[in-house]
Amino acid sequence: MTSETSAREKAPSGRNDDLVLRAQGIGKTVKSGDRDLVILRDIDLSVTPGEAVAVVGASGSGKSTLLAILAGLDTPSTGSVALEGTDLFAIDEDARAELRGRLVGFVFQSFQLLPALSALENVMLPLELAGDPGAAAAARAMLERVGLGERTHHAPRHLSGGEQQRVALARAFVVRPKLLLADEPTGSLDAESGAAVIELMFSLNRESGATLIMVTHDESLAARCDRVVRLAAGRMLA
Amino acid sequence: MSLLVQSMRMLARDWRAGELRVLAGALVVAVASVTSVGFFADRVSQALVRDAHQLLGADLVMVADHAWAPAMRAEIERRGLRGAQAYNFISMAQVGAGDAMRGQLAGVKAVTGNYPLRGKLRTAPALNRPDAPTAAGPARGTVWMEERLISALEAPVGSRIRLGRSEFEVAAVLTLEPERSANFFNIAPRLMMHHEDVPATGLIQPGSRIWYYLYAAGAREPLAAFEAWARERLGRGERIDTLESGRPEVVASIDRAQRFLGLTALLAAVLAGVAIALGARRFVERHLDGCAVMRCLGATQSRLLSLHALEFLVLGAVASALGCAMGYVAQEAIAGALADLMRATLPVPGPLPALQGFLVGLVLLLGFALPPLVQLKNVPAVRVIRRESGTLQGGTLATYATGFGALGALLVWQAGDLRLGLIVVGGFVVALAAFAVVAWVALRMVSSPVVARRVGAGSLALRYGLSNLRRHARGNAIQVASLSVGLTAVLLLGITRNDLVDAWRRAAPPDAPNRFVIGIQPDQLEGVKRYFAEHGIVAPDLYPMVRARLTQVNGRAVSSDDFQDERARRMVEREFNLSYADELPGHNVIEAGRWWTKGQGDPPRELSVETGIARTLGWKLDDVLTFTVGGEAFSARIASLRKLRWDSMKVNFFVMTPPELLKPFPASFITAFRLPEDKEKAMNGLTAAYPNLTVVDVGAAVRQAQGVIDQLIAAVQFVFLFALGAGLLVLYSALVATEDERRREAAVMRVYGASRAQVIGSQRVEFLAMGLLAGVLATAGAAAIGQLLARRVFELDLPPAPALLVAGPLAGLALLALNAWLSSRTVLRASPALTLRDSV
Repeated sequence: MTSETSAREKAPSGRNDDLVLRAQGIGKTVKSGDRDLVILRDIDLSVTPGEAVAVVGASGSGKSTLLAILAGLDTPSTGSVALEGTDLFAIDEDARAELRGRLVGFVFQSFQLLPALSALENVMLPLELAGDPGAAAAARAMLERVGLGERTHHAPRHLSGGEQQRVALARAFVVRPKLLLADEPTGSLDAESGAAVIELMFSLNRESGATLIMVTHDESLAARCDRVVRLAAGRMLA
Repeated sequence: MSLLVQSMRMLARDWRAGELRVLAGALVVAVASVTSVGFFADRVSQALVRDAHQLLGADLVMVADHAWAPAMRAEIERRGLRGAQAYNFISMAQVGAGDAMRGQLAGVKAVTGNYPLRGKLRTAPALNRPDAPTAAGPARGTVWMEERLISALEAPVGSRIRLGRSEFEVAAVLTLEPERSANFFNIAPRLMMHHEDVPATGLIQPGSRIWYYLYAAGAREPLAAFEAWARERLGRGERIDTLESGRPEVVASIDRAQRFLGLTALLAAVLAGVAIALGARRFVERHLDGCAVMRCLGATQSRLLSLHALEFLVLGAVASALGCAMGYVAQEAIAGALADLMRATLPVPGPLPALQGFLVGLVLLLGFALPPLVQLKNVPAVRVIRRESGTLQGGTLATYATGFGALGALLVWQAGDLRLGLIVVGGFVVALAAFAVVAWVALRMVSSPVVARRVGAGSLALRYGLSNLRRHARGNAIQVASLSVGLTAVLLLGITRNDLVDAWRRAAPPDAPNRFVIGIQPDQLEGVKRYFAEHGIVAPDLYPMVRARLTQVNGRAVSSDDFQDERARRMVEREFNLSYADELPGHNVIEAGRWWTKGQGDPPRELSVETGIARTLGWKLDDVLTFTVGGEAFSARIASLRKLRWDSMKVNFFVMTPPELLKPFPASFITAFRLPEDKEKAMNGLTAAYPNLTVVDVGAAVRQAQGVIDQLIAAVQFVFLFALGAGLLVLYSALVATEDERRREAAVMRVYGASRAQVIGSQRVEFLAMGLLAGVLATAGAAAIGQLLARRVFELDLPPAPALLVAGPLAGLALLALNAWLSSRTVLRASPALTLRDSV
């Protein structure tokens, strides 16, 4: 799959300055055997700074694909995404990566910590990539903030699921992102650790003033967000 | 559901999912390389034995001092073998009449029309004209004569000579005869004639000293059967010559060639082991989840193990069979491509290499796949919930003990030589352990935070690549060790292919002597030396030679009945050529005891004996041998054992003494030297000036022996090339084994804002540092093993190769650079979103 989308219409600059994220006419079609499989169809989504948006829907409704497209990890078949006014698919993959590193934090259902790195090194990763000379100190401070100051040198396999997700939260917030994307953040956790992680996530989000887009199928979790967007069979329900 | 059915289903599923392809591919390539080497080596060594028989003129030569019983000849035919006959005797060839009559003793050989059964006679139409192989022996009424005889008799091609009561036309110059090199000593210049012309000459009379030869050639089995049959019926004065008893220098060459081929097959097997270990590890890594699920669903540990073992067994059988088939096709192609180079048609390969290849595949698969497979059964069911539990343990050396054990047994079997097998296995086990430790330490040092910060201050890719080395130190150390082992094998092939082969070539150098002069009398020494100087031929070393018969060992009379071994019996019956010298000849090496020192008191009564003959005849240091020379006896103690280079084509003596001991006895002198091609005619003058000298033209025999050696080298080099290709495939499979992890890492890095250049850059730094390390380690390993092999096994001097010091690290770098490029392509091609989702 190519990441070049230079033929696509560029987002008019200046008009969306008040939006963190603006997605227009997002569609995603993949080949499945002989036929085309429509995963997403004509999705429009605008998110203002500081807003918390939950994307809910049944399994296979296209939630995670939408999130990946909003992050510029996947490319849409149609439509455009503007992040802080920059059309994600009018720039190349490296520029998208740079933008992500600067503006976006991620939390995954399966944590996605690198097994070879210690907790501290995992948190340092995005800062190191950005060339931040104070990476270690900032990462250590962030780990203390999530309550893992004593476990900085543990490898992920020596941490519980809840602890791993807290490391992932520290990694997501250490870059002070404008936008936090969370994909089923409690999906791999038991109820108690899940609740603790959610509390931590919301409080970190408040402190940093970041915008949150969270994919979940947990209605009670969705209810804590400012807005709920429902997906069914790739369409956005009104 | 039966175990077999279920494991077959798993096999089919894993195959469809592509899980087994790397493993099966490695196995097929490994078995194909082992078997193609095996098949090819089998054919080459068969051809070698056959072609080396050309030096005998047949596969089997029977010699008697009386006519052979007709039953013996009939038996050769009855068994479907080809047979030929010859008479050998010394006779005076004459030309001219009256005062102008000249005569010269000739070594007459009368052959049947189909002689030789192996190899070719070569003749030239006149002196100093190019020669060519001939289809048949001399026609009736004609003779072929050697250059020396033509010069001595001044009887050019077309003239007539007399032999006994008959007259013959000189039809050609005989330039090469297979058997001639079999015995340099005591041979008069050759005259070859037709077998059926002999009776008319009247030369065969009662009491004539004639040797009767029977030759046989044909397929291996009937030949062996005939030899066994004939040996039982050998009478007094009858013997069978085979290659082993006939020509020590040829045996030495063949023995070496077989070791070379065996070594190559060994290295291919080592490479296979590395590939399979890596492939199996990847397979197991990808099956941890599945096994955890099966454990959840009630599969017992033993069932899990049996299921996977069975799956691998079937896979191994199928892949090995495929590998054998590919190996067979490959060796056919090899043989076809090399048909001209080989200058010989190769016999059909035997079935043994296929069987070996099949077993090699199974043994390697189980030996190297079993240790990680055993870990599969230990997967805790809780992994279903907690993926981090029950991760695969690193491939420690101990877990591969079974693999190396199996490989070791296999190697020893394939080498057919315990020592060679153990050196190779031991070398690789030690190298692997040492490589892993050194690599771990080096990786930790190179990537210490201090170094990483200092070196990588300006570049994130550099800093991150170096940090990765440290973070993955354990996995990387194993990786570097595996790569080093593979690269060591490849470099070792490089060294053995070039340096060992060069060293081997030097053992039979192109300036090897091509002429022997025999029978120089003491009063002719000065004249002969002057003649050489006048004709600008490098003054050769002249060795005294005294013919003596061995009569006693440690005071006990010696008889051929004391020995079982045919060669030993013949040696004892024959006269020995003894020589004496103050200094040890340059191409001899003392293996035990010491050489005498000159001029200290009484002349020492000591002997120096060649190790091979000492072994054959059961002599030890300090044994006292008694020889008689012309009825006079002397005794001396064995003071040293010497090793000779039979393939150096220099003058060699089994037994040497200090000068004082042999000087009183009548001696003639012998020399070997290289006669330049433009000085050929000078030899005619020498024999004219000293008619009693016998000049043996060994040039042709040397060319023939070198032809065999060159052919071997061609085969060995090709076989090496093939194993080299297998080695490269193994290195690639090492990369594939870590692809999953690298892809996931790259995806996470990209999610967090790394550019493509940063991802590629950090991987490159990591790979190149590992490549350099692997290259350096492999260079050290290959140099050490190469030296060990050269000194201990091939008994060659291997000078250090500066090229290796550059080539080794560069090869490591280049391979890993290629790997980094391949890896970055696959790693970056995948969408990070998909990669992360796949790894959930």
